[in-house]
Amino acid sequence: MTVTKADAPVTTASNDPAGTGEPVGSARSERLSALVQQHGALAVLVIVSLVASLSFDSFATGDNVSNMATSSAFLAIVALGMTFVIITGGIDLSVGSLFALGGVLAAWGSRHGTLVALLLPLAVCGLIGVVNGLLVARSRLAPFIVTLAAMLGARGLLLAITDEGADTFLIGKGSLLAELGQGTTLGLGNPVWITLALFVAGAVVLRRTRFGQHVYAVGGNEDAAALMGAPVARTKILVYTLSGLLAGLAGALNAAWLASGVTILGNGMELEAISAVVIGGTLLTGGLGYVSGSLVGVLLLKVIQNVINQIGSLDSSYQQVVSGAFLAVVVIAQTWLGRRRQLM
Amino acid sequence: MAPPAEVLAVRGLSKSFPGVRALDDVDLTLHAGEVHALIGENGAGKSTLIKLLTGVYRPDAGEITFQGHAVSFGTPLEAQKAGISTIYQEVNLIPLLSVARNLFLGREPRNRFGVLDLARMNREAEDTLRGYGVQVDVRRPLRTLGVGAQQMVGLARAVATDARVVIMDEPTSSLEPREVETLFSVIRRLRDAGIAVVYVSHRLDELYAVCSTVTVLRDGRRVHHGSLADLDRLALVSTMLGRDLGEVREEGLTKFTGDHQSAGSEPVLDAADLTVPHKLHGVSLSIRPGEVVGLGGLLGSGRTETAKAISGALPVRSGRVTVAGVPLRGGSAPAAIRAGISLLPEDRKSEGIVPGLSVRENIALAVLPRLSRFGLVSEARVDSVVDTFMKRLRIKASSPHQKVGELSGGNQQKVLLARWLAMNPKVLLLDEPTRGIDVGAKAEVQKLVDELAADGLGVLLISSDLEELIEGSDRVVVLKDGAVVGELTGDDVTEERLMRTIAGDTLAEPVKEVTSDG
Amino acid sequence: MAEATLRTAPLDKTRVLQWLQTYGVYAGVAVLLVVNIVITPHFLSAENFRTQAVQVAPVIIVALGMALVIGTEGVDLSVGAVMALAASVTALYLGYGLLPALLVVALFAAAVGLANGALVALVGVQPIVATLALMVGGRGIALVLLPQLEDLRNPALASLGSGDILGIPYLILIATVLALLVAFVVRRTTFGRQLLAIGDSRPAAQLAGLPVRRVLIIVYTVCALLASVAGVLATARLQASDPTSLGNLMELSAITAVVVGGTPLTGGRVNIAGTVAGAVLIQLLTATLIKHDLPPSWTQIAQAIVIVAAVYAARGRGKR
Repeated sequence: MTVTKADAPVTTASNDPAGTGEPVGSARSERLSALVQQHGALAVLVIVSLVASLSFDSFATGDNVSNMATSSAFLAIVALGMTFVIITGGIDLSVGSLFALGGVLAAWGSRHGTLVALLLPLAVCGLIGVVNGLLVARSRLAPFIVTLAAMLGARGLLLAITDEGADTFLIGKGSLLAELGQGTTLGLGNPVWITLALFVAGAVVLRRTRFGQHVYAVGGNEDAAALMGAPVARTKILVYTLSGLLAGLAGALNAAWLASGVTILGNGMELEAISAVVIGGTLLTGGLGYVSGSLVGVLLLKVIQNVINQIGSLDSSYQQVVSGAFLAVVVIAQTWLGRRRQLM
Repeated sequence: MAPPAEVLAVRGLSKSFPGVRALDDVDLTLHAGEVHALIGENGAGKSTLIKLLTGVYRPDAGEITFQGHAVSFGTPLEAQKAGISTIYQEVNLIPLLSVARNLFLGREPRNRFGVLDLARMNREAEDTLRGYGVQVDVRRPLRTLGVGAQQMVGLARAVATDARVVIMDEPTSSLEPREVETLFSVIRRLRDAGIAVVYVSHRLDELYAVCSTVTVLRDGRRVHHGSLADLDRLALVSTMLGRDLGEVREEGLTKFTGDHQSAGSEPVLDAADLTVPHKLHGVSLSIRPGEVVGLGGLLGSGRTETAKAISGALPVRSGRVTVAGVPLRGGSAPAAIRAGISLLPEDRKSEGIVPGLSVRENIALAVLPRLSRFGLVSEARVDSVVDTFMKRLRIKASSPHQKVGELSGGNQQKVLLARWLAMNPKVLLLDEPTRGIDVGAKAEVQKLVDELAADGLGVLLISSDLEELIEGSDRVVVLKDGAVVGELTGDDVTEERLMRTIAGDTLAEPVKEVTSDG
Repeated sequence: MAEATLRTAPLDKTRVLQWLQTYGVYAGVAVLLVVNIVITPHFLSAENFRTQAVQVAPVIIVALGMALVIGTEGVDLSVGAVMALAASVTALYLGYGLLPALLVVALFAAAVGLANGALVALVGVQPIVATLALMVGGRGIALVLLPQLEDLRNPALASLGSGDILGIPYLILIATVLALLVAFVVRRTTFGRQLLAIGDSRPAAQLAGLPVRRVLIIVYTVCALLASVAGVLATARLQASDPTSLGNLMELSAITAVVVGGTPLTGGRVNIAGTVAGAVLIQLLTATLIKHDLPPSWTQIAQAIVIVAAVYAARGRGKR
């Protein structure tokens, strides 16, 4: 038995780091895979953009870039919320419907002024996000099924508001709302600036606030997070609320940009957002992710879409094929990298 | 000298779950600077008591007084904030988060803009951890640290949150001896700083090394409390088991007879040069029919990996396994099983039983294809196999249709043994077969292993319990860092020789520099 | 801990919940039938039952495959896309005759199922994610193959969609036979037992020597094949191939049917009879709302509520 050893004088406590601090697995491969995880999408984006600007004269023009930026903005805002949800290990499939609902509500509300037009979608979509969060966090239901139901419910709500999709509300020209969506500042559309501001705020919240730490902790190991005092339920409710709010906001801005609340928008947007987030290096299993990566992921998807449109002969359905293939490749790569890292 | 202040007092604590009185009128008193051993067999109520103290459960009756005030914690967080921290068996931190962020989660330093002060956080984390013998880049993800270092981070976290009481639930179960030393020195520091420690462990040596007082629980009641020094080992064990002192002494600690007749000299299992990157480096061993070969070594020495590599559960880079002279092809679990190798895994709950399926389905799980024709199951044949083994192994279940997840640990282990015996194996690999099961079942399992060897099976026995290893094995192969470093046979199979073989080289090993490759 | 929290709940409540999980779906079907008999005119006509049954048949067929996948603790979000793919491929190859077209459909479906299964079983991707990729890409391929709705004029296909034997439509017969077949496989074959063991505890199943990968790949392939059968039958009934909208939200309907029918999302259990009843329940609910002139928006909201309620009632059972 080890009794004699246990009574032996302790000499190793403070000056023998080797025993306790020994790293498991190769630190170099760990760093390498972390690098690929975090910046792989950026590298692909740069390469694709370079190839595209060499291949198509119309790609690297100011108009095209500005167009791409604006059309990326809405998806990016949705993806920002999705990033938070996915880092907690969840998923939000309702964002497409909430995006459409937010647009319709904004257009409907614009009759009562810009404030109503902005607050109404935020309130309704935020509330649906709260319900999602409550069902996931308090009732412990599977996120994908809760948000799938919310997707259906929100779509139903949208149809109910628009007389089964027959009504389309318009946003008056020259209103503050229209200016917010259609105006430009320093050559870039206002939605782009709003998106950038939101991403900076999102990055600070995620990396530099306690709430952000809780988001990572909940996704990394929920039980441990609870034992360490992280408010697990509150964190989950908050991320789903945030996701709902951002989807509603994106929808409202999009409606302002289009000058109307289009009812058929947002179909499949949840899949695009998830693809973007995952491509950007956020782990679908939770606990690891980057706001900046999601932005890169969105840009990558939009650049590819733009290229498909440039080719002209290709149907826009190819976009879905490419997205699906991309998602599969990234997920395979992530799983593979993750497995290598877990060689302990 | 005035007695140290009472930090925590528990009076008449009770907790019931439907059908079980988990804790019954239990008292516990802790003073500042006391290291208190809390012991008891599985189901004695230790974890229930801990969960009541830390706010995971609410008591049905009784009161908890903490630092002079009656308290009632609703969540572990409340308990923690009040000053009661817990270090759990498995490291309970966030593996993907950095070391510093783990250490400071929930109490991160913030700068005047209200955002986290990362520079200060990292600096303070490094300073704090140095005191625990951990010198690493604190920005690295926690999971890149060894288990011991991770546990130290957990401990540092508990102490840093101004804990007055630290509860340690089997903290050493995955530590190496050297890490245990560090842990003990930290515990002594806590003690000197006036912190009360509740120390839960099954390892008696550790209790005597570090604890001053003891509470023994049995069947939810407190059956003994007082100074640990007044209670010798045998008395402690007999109190814990509720057995007569003479009976324990007479029986020894295991049920093994330890002497088997090896029939024939041809090995039934021959594993040669097994190599798994980072884990095994050319491990070779052979087992003859009727022989029990022990596999000794420290945690992480490659014992579990050897068993898994032989059974095809862990892919090998090179090496070869021969069963009764026939080389094993494919290196997959199904191929190994077909060849007659059966593995009883270490992690019974997650790798062994299928908890939601019945006893019947669990026993028949592996043998099912043999009881089927054209993919259709013959229920009658399944029933007969299940019936045979439930009787032979004395599996206690309300019916064959009871879910295995509802059985006790010992019965679950027997179900797993039945699953493999139904396959009529040639080689049985037992990885910690008696860990975490009650004394009665332990004895039965040990007896059974003897019987099986007598029937001509080759058995590989892995156990952290040295007594079990010594008394149960005919030979002991010792592993260190994934390679065989010695083999004890005949009269050499003694505790002292085993310890020397395991520990000898470890002490001579030069200290590695960790910072160089970090 | 989960077990303990479950135990501390009042015993009566637990028992009621358990009863609801097992028999709630049948009770729900019975209640809806009675309510409709009372309030809906012409509900008790053979024609009405026939219509309802024909409408629910494709959902049942998809739900059967979904039940198997969920039994392995997985989920298949690509079933709707597979239906669309089946519709496109049917339209493309119908010129060679119905049987060759069906063979090609089966090939495509098997390819999608194999891809799902390989991602899950070989690569180790979470099922939601793996099938999400095929959900996005699958419908994309369907649309690339056939960009818009196309009317199909093929007598064989038409008779498959609207023909009958002794007054029972082929669709209902096929759904019934498939349901019985799947139920038999789950209950009486080694494959079925292995599937449940894998769903309950994959590591244990692996160490017990079960062919985990093979079972998973087969399960996802079977699920895709069943979805393609549903796709072909729906196309046959419509007499048109509609890859844009066919199978939209089908994954949701199928998952709902499975969960409402008492199969927990946590795997290790499959209830085929309940799944069929679950599909019928949702069909009746939708029909009731439609027959009383409630707009589709309300139908969707009602379905969303039913899903959440069903999952809510089923929670806890999977937790041990």
